[in-house]
Amino acid sequence: MPACLLAAVTLLLLAGCRQDMQVQPYQRPLVESDFYADRRSARPILSGTVARGHLEADAYFYTGRIGGNDGDYLPFPVTAEVMARGQQRYNIYCAPCHSEVGDGYGMIVQRGFKRPPSYHIDRLRKAPIGYFFDVMTNGFGAMPDYSEQVSAADRWAIAAYIRALQLSQHATKADVPTGEQVASTPPPGVFIMPAYDTQGATTAASTPPPPKAAPAKGGEQKP
Amino acid sequence: MAQIFHRSANSLARLSIIGVVVIVSVLLWAALEMQRSPYATYQDVAQAQPVPFSHQHHVAGDGIDCRYCHTSVENSSFAGIPPTKTCMNCHSRIWTNAPMLEPVRESFRSGKSLMWTRVNYLPDFVYFDHSIHVNKGVGCASCHGPVDKMPLTYEANSLQMEWCLECHRAPEKFLRPRDQVFNMAYQQPSSDNKVKFEGAEYTDQLALGNELKHRYNIRTVEDITSCSTCHR
Repeated sequence: MPACLLAAVTLLLLAGCRQDMQVQPYQRPLVESDFYADRRSARPILSGTVARGHLEADAYFYTGRIGGNDGDYLPFPVTAEVMARGQQRYNIYCAPCHSEVGDGYGMIVQRGFKRPPSYHIDRLRKAPIGYFFDVMTNGFGAMPDYSEQVSAADRWAIAAYIRALQLSQHATKADVPTGEQVASTPPPGVFIMPAYDTQGATTAASTPPPPKAAPAKGGEQKP
Repeated sequence: MAQIFHRSANSLARLSIIGVVVIVSVLLWAALEMQRSPYATYQDVAQAQPVPFSHQHHVAGDGIDCRYCHTSVENSSFAGIPPTKTCMNCHSRIWTNAPMLEPVRESFRSGKSLMWTRVNYLPDFVYFDHSIHVNKGVGCASCHGPVDKMPLTYEANSLQMEWCLECHRAPEKFLRPRDQVFNMAYQQPSSDNKVKFEGAEYTDQLALGNELKHRYNIRTVEDITSCSTCHR
């Protein structure tokens, strides 16, 4: 009889094994929902919605354009922090295709994406800074837009960094501060891309990438 | 009156008392091991996905930064699962006919979400925020393991409370400079691997960790092991 009682009490205790704390009636981000027909708990934003803090009243800051033309100034002061941020964001979002020096031989291009023009061609060196912002915001040609992945302030910082990249590739001896030494040959182990074009991007875009860019061997990249 | 029990019953009685203790302990131990095992935690279990997405290929092979896809990791509790559009940034032009990527293209055409299988799961009673960890010098790999070596993604750690506390009790053992947080190849400082931080070179993790703890204003161990830090 006591054994029966014990068994009954144990069974009652089992009723306490519920997962109410584990699975609470709220949605973690992007978790599937039973409530909506499309099963998304994260609801798509209705067009025309303006979220708090996202009024985007400063047209130049969010478009890079003034009266239909690309503007040629940064909407905020360029500081060392802005440049560092621009470099960091550039290397995350742009370098996969444009490469870290901006010649358009990034890894994704080496894997078959259409090669973007080098930043160091005359057309882009003369392009106003708002042009780069506009391309990042709306995309251009094969390039998709990055307005969702990169915030407007970061897009401006990247545009500033692209300008710095352009200057870096056209520096002269006179730009080297007195007393500083610049090595005439790269240190061992550093690979220099065979002369990238500084003029015709249109012709170079269709030529195959340099030898190093051949797709890696091995099955690793085959889907 | 004759003895009911043989004299060996004395030993048997003693043995059975010990036996019960041993059996109960073994069962308890087995139960505890069970709930720590991959059977319960899914640690190291690669999950099947609608598209066999390989972090190894995209991170190690292509050199894409974590933040290219997980855009909100630096300023939100949720690291972010990329929308299909992010996949199509490249795959509109690369592997456009690969049958394996058909679900991605289908999702892009129809606007229906890809249904990924969750790999890192925390129960709802745990409050977790990616941004604070990333901004205080906890590397992605410290929790997520060698994601750049995962052809199929798996949970690299148990994500159990004892595991969280390992770091919350002694963060200096794991912290790294902020600029190394997303570096998958980062190694902790050692005598043959110097790590630079603010002009100084470190060869010892504890020295570096304590400096970072101070510089990044990591709260006290009492604060970050308090119940309500994670259970709010």
